[in-house]
Amino acid sequence: MGKWFAVLVTVIALISASFFIMHTWWLPTDISTTGPAIDRQLDETMVETGILFLAGQLLLGLFVWQASDKNPARKMKIFPGGPTPLVTAAIIVVGIEVFALTFMGSKAWAAINEVPAAADSLHVDVQAEQFAFWFRYAGPDGQFGGLHPELIDEGDANYFGLDPKNDVAARDDVVVGTLVVPVNRPILLTLHSKDVGHSFYVPVLRIQQDFVPGIEIPVHFTATQTGKFEIVCTQLCGLGHYNMKAYLQVMSEPDYEQWLKSQEGQ
Amino acid sequence: MHDTSAAHAAHQHQAPTSFIRKHVFSLDHKVIGKQYYDLALVAVCIGMLLSWLMRIHLGWPAWPIPLLDKLSAVGAPQGVMTPEYYLSLMTMHGTIMVFFVLTNAPFSAFGNYFLPIQIGAEDMAFPRFNMMSFWTIFVAFIVMIASFFITDGPPIAGWTSYAPLSAVGGDAGPGLKLGQTLWAISIAIFCISSLLGALNFIATTLDLRTKGMSLARMPLSSWAWFVTAVIALLAFAVLLPACILLILDRTAGTSFFIPAGLVLSDKLQPHSGGSTLLWQHLFWFFGHPEVYIAILPSIGIVSHIIPVFARKPLLGPRAAIGCMIATGFLSYMVWGHHMFVSGMSPFSANLFSVPTLFITIPMTILTLLLIGSVYGAKMRFTAASLFCLGFISVFISGGISGFFLAQPSIDIYLHATYFVVAHFHFVMAVASIFGVFAGTYFWFPKMFGRMMNEGLGKLHFWLTFIGVYCIFMPMHYLGLAGNVRRYSAFTDDYLIPLIPVHKFITVAALLTGAAQLIFLFNFIWSRFKGPIASENPWEATSLEWSTTSPPPFDNFGGKHMVVYNGPDEYGVQSSDGKDYIMQTSPEKVPAR
Repeated sequence: MGKWFAVLVTVIALISASFFIMHTWWLPTDISTTGPAIDRQLDETMVETGILFLAGQLLLGLFVWQASDKNPARKMKIFPGGPTPLVTAAIIVVGIEVFALTFMGSKAWAAINEVPAAADSLHVDVQAEQFAFWFRYAGPDGQFGGLHPELIDEGDANYFGLDPKNDVAARDDVVVGTLVVPVNRPILLTLHSKDVGHSFYVPVLRIQQDFVPGIEIPVHFTATQTGKFEIVCTQLCGLGHYNMKAYLQVMSEPDYEQWLKSQEGQ
Repeated sequence: MHDTSAAHAAHQHQAPTSFIRKHVFSLDHKVIGKQYYDLALVAVCIGMLLSWLMRIHLGWPAWPIPLLDKLSAVGAPQGVMTPEYYLSLMTMHGTIMVFFVLTNAPFSAFGNYFLPIQIGAEDMAFPRFNMMSFWTIFVAFIVMIASFFITDGPPIAGWTSYAPLSAVGGDAGPGLKLGQTLWAISIAIFCISSLLGALNFIATTLDLRTKGMSLARMPLSSWAWFVTAVIALLAFAVLLPACILLILDRTAGTSFFIPAGLVLSDKLQPHSGGSTLLWQHLFWFFGHPEVYIAILPSIGIVSHIIPVFARKPLLGPRAAIGCMIATGFLSYMVWGHHMFVSGMSPFSANLFSVPTLFITIPMTILTLLLIGSVYGAKMRFTAASLFCLGFISVFISGGISGFFLAQPSIDIYLHATYFVVAHFHFVMAVASIFGVFAGTYFWFPKMFGRMMNEGLGKLHFWLTFIGVYCIFMPMHYLGLAGNVRRYSAFTDDYLIPLIPVHKFITVAALLTGAAQLIFLFNFIWSRFKGPIASENPWEATSLEWSTTSPPPFDNFGGKHMVVYNGPDEYGVQSSDGKDYIMQTSPEKVPAR
């Protein structure tokens, strides 16, 4: 009975680990400047915890195998040295790992979240609502119009609650349903929500940030590859949550300029 | 040692004779413990059924599920559930499992039944409080289940009920009218019950220990219930006011969690000045300790049972107790790790990350002590001991992924993906339930005076052990690929290739769920037809095995128990030729 358990736990541990090692299912290729640090951190954590995982499961299997030996002459044994070596090992090994991960990980975190966006960032304003994302560019004047929630009118495509009648800055704001950005240029997003909590998750950028009603939240990134990628909502926001998505379109600088002009002309 | 004569006088009560006082409104902690267990059993059946429905929908969304349209014609027309009904079932699954199963079974059910017996008391310190705490939880359960039968259906905001979705009312969508209010009322009632229960556990442990039962001689299970009670007292004391504020926001027009300027259903909401993050802070200040409320009792149960079947003492019981206390203490400093993506100051993320990673140290020590206790043992393999060994394995698997989620830099990628679902199911749900199964197979003879069927128990173990790995291990892979949780369908381009994995998980979940019917049959059949159990079928040492199975009304038949030894005196030569010495035996423990 015990030997079955030992074999089973070993097999389960090895199969489980093999899919991690083979990267059968893995993160999509990163296209951001900050992503590689996160991927490195994840890889390192994977190796360290992978060793702990296998060591723990295999040790359990080994001890159970030995403990199932029915030989009546066998003497009961207690762990050599009692609990002290195990407690010490746990404190030292896990302690070192905790410090290493904190030291390395906080750098990766700081690069994204504690460093302000570059001064020359392209600023895009993002509003989330049940169940869509809307993106706003300042237009030729470089100024965003003010937001007036009471003026929000879906029928009139006034998703942000702009007041073009009285607000000069709002008149040339460009509002679109796709986040279009130039490649290799720092982008600064300001996230705000119209109604409930949402989240801005772009796996290829390694970015996830909630929209919190009542708060404006800055997010910055630089995309390093052109292409079309998915933005999805990860904060439960109601019945259409699963279907709340948009695209991130990364273009070359000239393509972007041309796109922006065509939007401004509308 | 504590003088118990005054306490004895206060608790000497006669066995009731009427059916109502004996079986329904009973003051007897043993009856109340069984009531908690049966409530948890009903709840877990509902919770598992809900997970089946969800898994079927995720694997084969177009399949009509028989009879589902009878439960809700609106939520599942022709048996195919709508996206909002999926969210309703998901919310109810999480709520029922976390509150009415994982808090109830390992802590309230087993704790109520065995804490007083293990410390040699006749009952809990406050039997009337105890009865009240069960019946309030019963009301909470009825209120929660009632939401299935209202027109608007159960809430859809998840078991975390984040504001403002949960606070603004019907304008935010279906299920957020009466259903969400019922949720908040039910949880508030649940908090009151848990506070009463926690106070009772603490007072009982500190005041009613019998002569010789020093804290150091308490079995690890009793220690775990005690530490858990302290955690619960502080945690539910925060969730209760949070729920009251949520109810006020929903019904009295207040704005605790709702800021100004929200537009829902084309209407500017008449609220201003609230903070949505306040709900998250209050909820997770409860929510993280809640994880330990769910898992610590099972750690205690497993630490109590392993020595019985390993026939040798637990390795480092004092270190284990220290680790439980350290974990409880640290559990109050880490709630922010649920909020790395919430927009709180990014600097505070580091502050929450460090203690979170530190928790892995006492948890690693606990795990190693359990593994080390198996080393060199002459293990007796029973359903109970197999579930203990299975517990260690799933606890390692679930704990390991915590290293990823504790780091904000990695969490921002994995947050709200199936990686998190895998993590918490392994570490708090499956591990805790394995502890409950171990406890059930172990204590059933004492609770019901009959033995469970060992063969069926072992079969149940093998199927469940393989099954949970097939269900939850692939969820890590899904999470790494960025598979978002709480989606009723996977329509995004990058998620579509992952659907076969979901189908595999669905099949595994259905089979593993079906394997639980073996347990259910064994449990019900053995309760009435199982072979009669002796006083001490497992040759265990603690006080519950020094009395009849089941124990008499006052637990020890009028005897005042005196304790001479610790709980783990196995693998010794006793004078009567046994390999263990009871806690109540005055015999001096010989050197091993």
